[in-house]
Amino acid sequence: MGGKCDIELIDKKGKRVDGRTPEQLRDVKIEVGVLHGADGSCYLEWGGNKVMAGVYGPREAVPRRVQNARRAIVQCKYNMAAFSVDERKRPGPDRRSREISKVISEALEAVVLTEMFPRASIDVNIEILQAEAGTRCAGLTAAAVAMADAGIPMRDIPVACAAGKAGGHVVMDLGKLEDNFGEADLPIAIAPRTGEILLMQMDGHLTPEEFERAFQLAFDGCIKVGELQKKALMEKYAKAVPEGNGNEAAKEE
Amino acid sequence: MSATTVSVILKDYLYKLAKEGKRQDGRTLDSYREIEITPGVIDSAEGSAKVKIGNTLVYAGIKMQIGTPYPDTPASGVISTSAELLPIAHPDFEAGPPDESAIELARVVDRGIRESGIVQLDKLCITPNEKVWMCYIDLHIIDHDGNLFDACSLAALAAIYNTTVPNARFELGEDCPLPLLPEPPISCTFVKYGGIIVADPAIEEEQVAEARITVATDEKGDIRAMQKGLNGTFTFSEIKEVIKMTQDKGAQIRKMLKKA
Repeated sequence: MGGKCDIELIDKKGKRVDGRTPEQLRDVKIEVGVLHGADGSCYLEWGGNKVMAGVYGPREAVPRRVQNARRAIVQCKYNMAAFSVDERKRPGPDRRSREISKVISEALEAVVLTEMFPRASIDVNIEILQAEAGTRCAGLTAAAVAMADAGIPMRDIPVACAAGKAGGHVVMDLGKLEDNFGEADLPIAIAPRTGEILLMQMDGHLTPEEFERAFQLAFDGCIKVGELQKKALMEKYAKAVPEGNGNEAAKEE
Repeated sequence: MSATTVSVILKDYLYKLAKEGKRQDGRTLDSYREIEITPGVIDSAEGSAKVKIGNTLVYAGIKMQIGTPYPDTPASGVISTSAELLPIAHPDFEAGPPDESAIELARVVDRGIRESGIVQLDKLCITPNEKVWMCYIDLHIIDHDGNLFDACSLAALAAIYNTTVPNARFELGEDCPLPLLPEPPISCTFVKYGGIIVADPAIEEEQVAEARITVATDEKGDIRAMQKGLNGTFTFSEIKEVIKMTQDKGAQIRKMLKKA
């Protein structure tokens, strides 16, 4: 945010630098159950972001002092590969990735039926293989799918999307240049069935009217991506369980 | 890796199969699982590759930066290899600084590339004593189902052959491919348990293994690197047998790498 550049982020016809309209998402591609070891997993591409999410659990929370006697906890680890960005990132957690891990953990925990698993932990790992603005939204969206794939009981499937302001216009799903040189960024995550807000961060400068517009765009983006999450899950599990009742399927095998 | 407890039943089962010269997944002793090499999967890296051996999945990414050379090699570029055993890859992996198995893994891969001399480090010098290219090889282990040594070595090689030196970005002229020798040595890993030696161990085979050995051979069949691991032992004739298998398998894998 706030950097200076000579590039026109949005032209007179309302086209953005990457050719999108203000209300347009980047392409999102979701694959479910791609890993062998994890209990649930998801590979997601969102524009130039490439994200792998893997979930383990519910399993005993370690170390013991983090256990909650009444409910499960969600422990998310957001990690960027050294080669995911232009300038090599030193491996391991930094302040930024710790903060993102925390807000994503909290957002996901909000929908999990945690009281079903006292003292347990649901470990969510998000690996950013390639980053291009909006990795926390892409990561959370992938993590939610991986949790569904792991069979974690949830009230809803969380989904995230950002909106912001670039070149004086409020736009959906900031791209890299818009993120670097735009005026504001507003990533949110919601539970799409109820519209509850699970995550919200904002930096930059928005008037109350612009904020309202940005929120609406981000919310619409969430709904659209939410449909893709469900489609991807259906694609995997419609194949896994043929039509009819479960017994027939068992016999066929 | 080492902390994993193995059930007695699994161990007995694998040893029983070993007596008949069989493996749990039906492979012959010297055969590999399916290998998939996909170079150029990460746009933000100067070179990259995704390698699958069976269910094991590794990404390698190369970043090139400008730095100062080591005082003892003032006119050579620098290679640095690191591996992260990510918690996503296996239930027992924990986040945090690399543990000893990650360090061993990275160092074995590093030696395979460094000692073979396939990266022509002298050509990565920009100004002697001052500026050289630093080539960072980062191995991102996403799914662990055994034989990380071979998966990582292969991913690192495939990524190296995919690398462009970003001269333009640093105003040093035009981008060019990384200066490399054409024939890379290929590493093959074997483990020994119950009196048999098997190639490309799956994770269960690694868990019951008494000894492990990685051998790298070049296109002529010469030996370019070795590393023995675990507390078991090999006889000299076993080592010779392993070298022979490495020469055969290495040639096959070298072909796959060139095609990728």
